[in-house]
Amino acid sequence: MTARAITRLMVGFYLVLFFAYLFGPLVIMSITAFNTSSYPAVVPFEGFTLKWFEILFRDKDMMIGLQNSLRIGVLVVLISVPCGLAGALVMQQVYARARSFYYLVVVSPVLTPGVIIGISTVIFWKDFSAATGTGFLYDGIILAALGQSSFISAYCMLIFLSRLQRFDRALEEAGLDLGASNVQVFWHILIPYLRPAVLSAAVMAFLSSFENYNTTTFAVLADKTLTTVLAGRVRQGSTPAISALAVSIIAITVAGTIVYELVKRREDARKAAELRTAQAAEQRELAAA
Amino acid sequence: MQAALGHPFVIALPFVVGVLFWLLALRERRRGLIQGQTFFQRNGTAVGLFLILAVGFWAVFMIVLPQLFMVELSFRPKLPPSAMGGPRDLYTLQNYHYFLYGSPVSSAEWNLVHLKAFVLTIFASIMVTIGNFLLCYPLAFYLAQVATAARLRFLLLLLITPYWVNEILRAFAFRVIFSSGGILNKILLGLSLVTEPIDFLGLDIGMYAGLSYAYLLLMVFPLYNAIENLPKAQIEAARDLGAPWWHIHLFVVMPFAKPGIASGCTLVFMLTSGALAAPLVLGGPRSLWFTPIVYDRFYQAFNWPQGAAYAFILLLTCIAFVLAVMRFGKLSLGEITR
Repeated sequence: MTARAITRLMVGFYLVLFFAYLFGPLVIMSITAFNTSSYPAVVPFEGFTLKWFEILFRDKDMMIGLQNSLRIGVLVVLISVPCGLAGALVMQQVYARARSFYYLVVVSPVLTPGVIIGISTVIFWKDFSAATGTGFLYDGIILAALGQSSFISAYCMLIFLSRLQRFDRALEEAGLDLGASNVQVFWHILIPYLRPAVLSAAVMAFLSSFENYNTTTFAVLADKTLTTVLAGRVRQGSTPAISALAVSIIAITVAGTIVYELVKRREDARKAAELRTAQAAEQRELAAA
Repeated sequence: MQAALGHPFVIALPFVVGVLFWLLALRERRRGLIQGQTFFQRNGTAVGLFLILAVGFWAVFMIVLPQLFMVELSFRPKLPPSAMGGPRDLYTLQNYHYFLYGSPVSSAEWNLVHLKAFVLTIFASIMVTIGNFLLCYPLAFYLAQVATAARLRFLLLLLITPYWVNEILRAFAFRVIFSSGGILNKILLGLSLVTEPIDFLGLDIGMYAGLSYAYLLLMVFPLYNAIENLPKAQIEAARDLGAPWWHIHLFVVMPFAKPGIASGCTLVFMLTSGALAAPLVLGGPRSLWFTPIVYDRFYQAFNWPQGAAYAFILLLTCIAFVLAVMRFGKLSLGEITR
């Protein structure tokens, strides 16, 4: 056996181990969702059942939590995509001496532990809303959305910044020279250019919000979200209904991933075909000339 | 000092800083040091207002003021609502004093329970960070330099998938494996390697495994991004010049990937030391992680000022870690958070 073959074997072995570590726990948990044993167990496999899914969907707290999680997710998208976009645009124009300070402020939530963001959000809005007579803002759903948005906006900003780096400002200037207003330039030139970034920022914002626990558990006050209900259940004891929830989420994710891949492949194929026809047309023209 | 004046002062602070920068910019523009369009000339009134309002709301009301309020609260005593703003509402260091020395009526010299949990949390977070780096570096290198395009795409998809499952469920998966009636103990018993179940959760083995699992992805991606930009020719040149494989990694790849390494380590350290889900779900009855203690200050002891002080201590530690990484690696903040 050559040295090269040994290296390859070792790399393969390492990859298998790594992905086993990544998926093993999830696979084992998934199996327990279908076992009749009332304690989540793989062995002995006492019999196949779907009753844990039934118990899960009848669980009222979980369903209320799910609704709240969806509400918070939508709010977070509505807050953090515009804030992230504005943050990125301001970053490009801000007064040079203030730039590093500004960057420090808006990026700091990414490097702050989630529990601290949750705690500080509650402390601030409790006093501030009482002092300014805006008590309706001191609400679990709104606070959770505000707390999560403080760092999710920063993620969005980083997405927008990387897309804006390749933006040609001459396009904006051309629009302005041709008599468009600033608002028209914003809606008809900048936003269409940023559309892919807006989409990925929105999806990322929703998913980060949906699965967040650390910030939410403090900021949500007496309300519940799916993750906080879940945390309570897990602390009370292990039941396969929790595994059933995990299986549901994994199933939705895998389906989403497959759809995304298929759409992307089709688009790639379409683009490749367009490129081929364009090249063929060009060659015909060249040959004719 | 009376604490009632704190809030107006704290609220004014970010606005004062903003106005100061604005005045400075105005002065430089007068002197001709700044040329070109002003902010509103460039963006127009409507878009300009949107930018200022959105960024202002985000930076001031969602980031700066909450943090300042938390710090301010941590220097206040715990009082019933009726006594707030009264003569007893004075700034104090008692919450920090409690963290170090415990309750004034206790006989112990130090607040050993909390201090031990804090030190253990920081130490364990550093170990988890190092462990994750060692675990992820080979994979990141393989993805960035060795894998073919098709395989790369497939592996990246595989990597991301488990992370759509939320933290609590991931921690629960480890509980299914490590609990005394869990599959690992069943296997060990079945093979007669042990005679009675090992208490993995009580020994915190489950917690450490869950913690390192939880943020694996945040180590892989910064490393991958950094190593991907390294030209293959550099590695080949080093190899042609006779460098052994570990030389190539230590003196060619790692220095080049330094920003990615710093970024991954900072993120993993920060998330691990602030983790709440894994310690809650996987922690044994005797194990103490710092974040659940903070949580209990709020919702068991109902002592918000003290909870704020504890949160601030954790925040300071994270800032110190980021600064240390920046100093150690001679990096800027922009390179870490890319």
